[in-house]
Amino acid sequence: MMDELLRPFAFEFFRNGLLVATFAGALCGLIGVYVVLKGMSYIGHGLSHAIFGGFAASALLGVNFALGAGTWGIASALMINGVTRRRVIGADAAIGVITTASFALGLALFAIFGRRGQSFDAALFGSILGVSREDVWAIVVVTAMVAAIVFLAYRKLLFTTFDPEVAEASGISTARVDALLMLVLAISILATMQVLGVTLIAATLVIPATVARMVTNSFPRMLLVATAIGAITGFVGMNLSYHLDVQSGPAIVLVGATLFAVAFAATGARGLRRTAEWP
Amino acid sequence: MTALGKSELVRLDRVTCSYGEAPVLVNIDLSLSEDLFTGIVGPSGSGKTTLLRVMLGTTRPVAGTVARQPRLRVGYVPQVESVNWSFPVTVAECVLMARTGGRVLPWRSRAERDRVHEILQRLGIEHLARRHIRELSGGQQQRVFIARALLSDPQLLLMDEPTSGVDVRTRHEILHLLGDLHRDGLAIVLTTHDLNGIAAHLPHLVCLNTQVAGQGRPQDVLTPEVLERTYGTTMEILEHAGMPIVLDRFERSADLVELRRNRA
Repeated sequence: MMDELLRPFAFEFFRNGLLVATFAGALCGLIGVYVVLKGMSYIGHGLSHAIFGGFAASALLGVNFALGAGTWGIASALMINGVTRRRVIGADAAIGVITTASFALGLALFAIFGRRGQSFDAALFGSILGVSREDVWAIVVVTAMVAAIVFLAYRKLLFTTFDPEVAEASGISTARVDALLMLVLAISILATMQVLGVTLIAATLVIPATVARMVTNSFPRMLLVATAIGAITGFVGMNLSYHLDVQSGPAIVLVGATLFAVAFAATGARGLRRTAEWP
Repeated sequence: MTALGKSELVRLDRVTCSYGEAPVLVNIDLSLSEDLFTGIVGPSGSGKTTLLRVMLGTTRPVAGTVARQPRLRVGYVPQVESVNWSFPVTVAECVLMARTGGRVLPWRSRAERDRVHEILQRLGIEHLARRHIRELSGGQQQRVFIARALLSDPQLLLMDEPTSGVDVRTRHEILHLLGDLHRDGLAIVLTTHDLNGIAAHLPHLVCLNTQVAGQGRPQDVLTPEVLERTYGTTMEILEHAGMPIVLDRFERSADLVELRRNRA
């Protein structure tokens, strides 16, 4: 039994994939706290789809993935942030148009020019095949960078997330803080896309933070618990992915969903009330 | 525009604001001095919250000028309806949010902890420091946000509907608390819908309906003429123990009088 569980650790591709999945889970868990508390779940979902367009274009043009999809993703993030803050037209409708159009463009490019370079299925649903040492270092660096930003901008991020109007009145540039958050979100999605897949990234952003909110009333504790839950779901999900022979994205999300069910069973309506959206 | 007077904190000259086409405020002239404790009254949509935001500096007028004393410290208490009560913060964490400058580290310094404790103690809620904000009564929640505004040691406190949705006793407590803070030297501007429970007790009122319909002492502005200009409906004023009491038309309607007579 133990031998069977440890068997995949003999393969380098699995060890790399496991490290990337664990860091990706922790990263999405951490940034997901802000996504959930700001009611940005839809933006996270949309942004991951928007980045798919950049992924397809960079694969087609033979441009470096990080450069092509990264530029595309950051541009999409800033555009979404601008639309959301302006509040002139329905932000959800505008975001829906921007992100689904970008996703559709990616699908069309793949259909017309064929699936070159990066794997099409991996981009959609996640895969640990082809995860290199460089990918591991990339996710470690991005996670450390995001953790440093959250640490150094903790007070401004907290105030802007909780009460943007008073934060602005207190001298915080909430526009800059929101833009920073969107950039961090875009970079996190880019870094985790290969293992989690664009269609399932939103779940890894939302589930750990939601479960953490169900079990704690403290903001700093929520950050720590969500990060830990994300890392655990990444680790366990990746192992299940190998043993059950399913893609890594679905396996990780299903582990997260199971944790949500356990938290719900343990906390009941009390836990759910904590996650209720404000009017 | 002339320079601010010695005791003036904020002055608005012919300020006009709009969100899109329709103006929310038109040609507002207003002067806030250090010793002011004023209430802004008016119907829903009359521009009360926008006026507070203009004083605060978060809404810019499309015309007119706003002059503020250099380095003016302003505390702001938003409407409780706009607060996300599900947000995972304790009372102490919520109050500490107002400390934005200087320290970068996430955790509180000893000085910050002492300052938060001192303010919570002053407002009588130090025993709630570790409680989640959702677990508080309406009056306690209001005190938490006043405490947060006081953390920056403001000269001017702006409050949006501080007594909406609270019971009579809590309303009295908040009014007494604000009276104490004002006596300690804090200038206060609040918006309210409550003409008899709050506005009539304040030393100064501004009646607003896009434009200033009147301003001055309650006994000078709570008149049928000014209130009709403000609310667009006829109101009657009674006097009790030297204080004006506003009765709206509904109170005097023939149907209601008949109903009461039948019940009696």
